[in-house]
Amino acid sequence: MSSVEKPEVQASPRPRRKRGVPEGLWMRCEGCGATVFKKKIDEHMGVCTEAGCNYHFYVPAMKRIEQLLDQDSFEEWHTELSSLDPLGFVDRRPYPERLREEQARTGLKEACIVGRGYLRGRPLVCAVTDSAFIMGSMGSVVGEKLTRSIEQATRLLLPLVIVSGSGGGARMHEGILSLMQMGKVCAALGRYHDAGGLFVSVLTNPTMGGVAASFASLGDIIFAEPKALVGFAGPRVVKATVKAELPEGFQTSEFMLAHGFIDRIVSRPQLRTEIARVIDYCVR
Amino acid sequence: MPPAYRLPFEKPILELEATLAELEAAPGSEVEVRDKIRKTRVELSRLKREIFEKLEPWEVVQVARHPERPHSSDYLELVFDEFVELHGDRAFGDDPAILTGFAKLEDRKVMFVGQQKGRTMKDRAATLNAMPHPEGYRKALHRMQMAAKYRLPIICFIDTPGAYPGIGAEERGQAYQIAFNLREMSRIGTPIVCIVIGEGGSGGALGIGIGDYIAMLQHSYYSVISPEGCAGILWKDSKYKDRAARALKFTSGDLKRLGVIDEIIQEPLGGAHRDHRQTAVILKGRLMQIVRDLSSYPIDRLLERRYDKFRRIGVFEELPPVVGGNGDNRDSAAETA
Repeated sequence: MSSVEKPEVQASPRPRRKRGVPEGLWMRCEGCGATVFKKKIDEHMGVCTEAGCNYHFYVPAMKRIEQLLDQDSFEEWHTELSSLDPLGFVDRRPYPERLREEQARTGLKEACIVGRGYLRGRPLVCAVTDSAFIMGSMGSVVGEKLTRSIEQATRLLLPLVIVSGSGGGARMHEGILSLMQMGKVCAALGRYHDAGGLFVSVLTNPTMGGVAASFASLGDIIFAEPKALVGFAGPRVVKATVKAELPEGFQTSEFMLAHGFIDRIVSRPQLRTEIARVIDYCVR
Repeated sequence: MPPAYRLPFEKPILELEATLAELEAAPGSEVEVRDKIRKTRVELSRLKREIFEKLEPWEVVQVARHPERPHSSDYLELVFDEFVELHGDRAFGDDPAILTGFAKLEDRKVMFVGQQKGRTMKDRAATLNAMPHPEGYRKALHRMQMAAKYRLPIICFIDTPGAYPGIGAEERGQAYQIAFNLREMSRIGTPIVCIVIGEGGSGGALGIGIGDYIAMLQHSYYSVISPEGCAGILWKDSKYKDRAARALKFTSGDLKRLGVIDEIIQEPLGGAHRDHRQTAVILKGRLMQIVRDLSSYPIDRLLERRYDKFRRIGVFEELPPVVGGNGDNRDSAAETA
């Protein structure tokens, strides 16, 4: 249950150890604690192969797209958008500096990648948020990229798949503008919904806060990877509020499934099959 | 009447108010005393203006949270001529943190949806200081959808530190319900006016905050996260809340500058908590005007406007795409607020 104990962290001002799969031949699985062969995990889409473990390691957004879509079918959109610093936000570091560091560290320009591609020959619009980039939080650029993609999916009458990985929710560094992106993206999803579009939302570890409280929860179909942290308020905040121990497995995918907010828990290697099947049921 | 709850920066005002009260209570009406009273009043106005014009963001939060600041229930008394409360969400329960029901604004019938803190300890415990559960958001949406059916304009009063972060709230889908409200409010076919009357706490505020006209009372705030929460995460200690408050740019002036709100509604000198009645008079005047204006739009035009209103929010840079580059650039016009 390591995911439950993970504190609700947003952007950390301290330089931190790179998330996810570290360099080197061997690594430790956070799920079962076993030392596992990195190459073997990579070959298995970043899922632990130890008996009974099935721990899902973090995968970067581009890797996720490779895993999900048909080879070389992805056409990235809106790479020309980049973040500004509308508030002149400085915490212990200026926001532009933090952006540059995150860009250098992750190789991403922003926390989400959008575009179109094919999944087993089925055309679709696809967006992925990357939890490594300022906790996958949504600021103006993420909101704009998602909104444009949804509008394009509406025009093109294509299915939409959004894979969320965001512990940060709405990005603090852009203040109220980030909060308003939630409204903007949801309004676009409203139009897409009215146009009869199929939206498959895939929740990965973690999907919290303003991301969970906007697009991630609005899928016609909502899949979640096993044991992902999914919820509104971070577990630390909840614990501090209720001043009691949190129930076992609180805010995991399994918890959300039990309470009726997720349609299916799907392991990463099955995602392609599951999404393709849903598209075949829903898309004429 | 000076408020009983004292904010540190209000000290000079309170002292002068006490002096004035003493002078006024003194028997007799010598010219000298009357002159002194007059001068003190002038001085008091000057002092209030001086202090309240230059509030630090953290001080704005303190004013917005002032226990004697008017709440939804006060405005229901002072602004509206009738309130027919409608309870419950038809699914789980009746969240007292959001009041809903029919109301009359002079002779105009409206649907009222307002976050409610409560004046007494008991009320505050019941509403959790206006931190709604999912059933509160569901209740609000249920009433708004009914309002659309009968073409009643909707008035939303926002006043919450945030949606309640509890176990039950998570179990009952806080994230989903807020998300659903955002989507549905963006296309409810009747005018929606949202006024931040005190605290505009993050997703908990936005959950009843999608509308055609968004305004804030002068000394309210509207933020992506509470200053304490932000300080705890970015400064690693909530005691830096005043710094976080400055960084977040969440005052009514900030939001107006950022193009997020349509209007700042002025409060009486020294803040709404000093004069509920006067605040209500100002608010009522503005509400009547706004509702009248919005009611003149055909519904499809209204919904277009509402969509565009949120669509254009965001500040970013858009570099020209690389020649022969990728992407569908049909809507590549730079849209910055």
